[in-house]
Amino acid sequence: MSRPASRFPVTPAMLVLVALGFMGSVVSHSAIQGVDANGQLEGRALQSRFERIARELRCLQCQNETIADSNAELAVDLRRQVREMLLDGKSDDAIFEFMTDRYGEFVRFSPPLEAKTLFIWGAPFVMLVVGGVIIYRVVRHRSSMPLDDGPAAGT
Amino acid sequence: MWKFLLPFAAFVALAVLFAFGLNPSRDIHALPSPLIGRPAPAFSLTDVLDSSRPVSNDAFKGQVYVLNVWATWCVACREEHEALLSISQQHVVPIIGLDYKDQREPAKQWLEQLGNPYQVVAFDGDGRTAIDWGVYGAPETYLVDGQGRVIFKFISPMTQQIWDREFMPRIAAARRGGA
Repeated sequence: MSRPASRFPVTPAMLVLVALGFMGSVVSHSAIQGVDANGQLEGRALQSRFERIARELRCLQCQNETIADSNAELAVDLRRQVREMLLDGKSDDAIFEFMTDRYGEFVRFSPPLEAKTLFIWGAPFVMLVVGGVIIYRVVRHRSSMPLDDGPAAGT
Repeated sequence: MWKFLLPFAAFVALAVLFAFGLNPSRDIHALPSPLIGRPAPAFSLTDVLDSSRPVSNDAFKGQVYVLNVWATWCVACREEHEALLSISQQHVVPIIGLDYKDQREPAKQWLEQLGNPYQVVAFDGDGRTAIDWGVYGAPETYLVDGQGRVIFKFISPMTQQIWDREFMPRIAAARRGGA
């Protein structure tokens, strides 16, 4: 399992382009190609997209780690896949679709908001409202009770 | 009235939830494959025994076949090897091997020493074909019908019992429906 080496050597011209990109976002992503010796995508925007996507995808071998965190073989392969697709100019949505087509919705850490996932997205808010109603009723009930400094309520 | 009914309803709801959620025969790590019912991803790789010989699942189009994902580093694959050998000798369907993230030499030795249950073994050294199939471990066994659709995925070592219980009825149904 070889490390991704620098298949695209950095030329001075590319460095200039990258620098320009930093200064004014003049350069589109497609102008920046390749992966450097540390396995970082050249171009900060592309690398940050890569990191965001990798943190969104689950390593199915380990199930509760993202592919960004995991060192499992599968995570390494999926990171390679994401990098290649980014370098191909694929959109984030296209990459997520590629992954869910193969591994199912479970591969995404936060499931997209749609009809069948409405329950998991809505459940926390429903619970908040239910809890609020319960507290409100308890408080109101207690405040309507007589103050317990009479002899009947004493202990 | 509500005071008793509400906690009781909550208890029943929890009991039902736990009956499903904590069922010991349910494998919580087994994931449903989104591939089921969809066309089997095509691959063109080379034979693990002969790197100059191309191998594609296109050659098996029109027939029911099994794709078994294995590797020499996979302990559970060794466990199921005996069962695969005997299943292959029953000549029900062709079994294609997919040698997943492996090396050719140890894979050759494995097949020579333990026997070869596969019609053909495709070599997927970098695991790209496996990604297309949604493989996340080994062994995994897929069943493809005559229309080239994946109809079943089994994640765990194969045994004769599992073959008889899970695969044979599906193969029979696929042949009735497909031919």
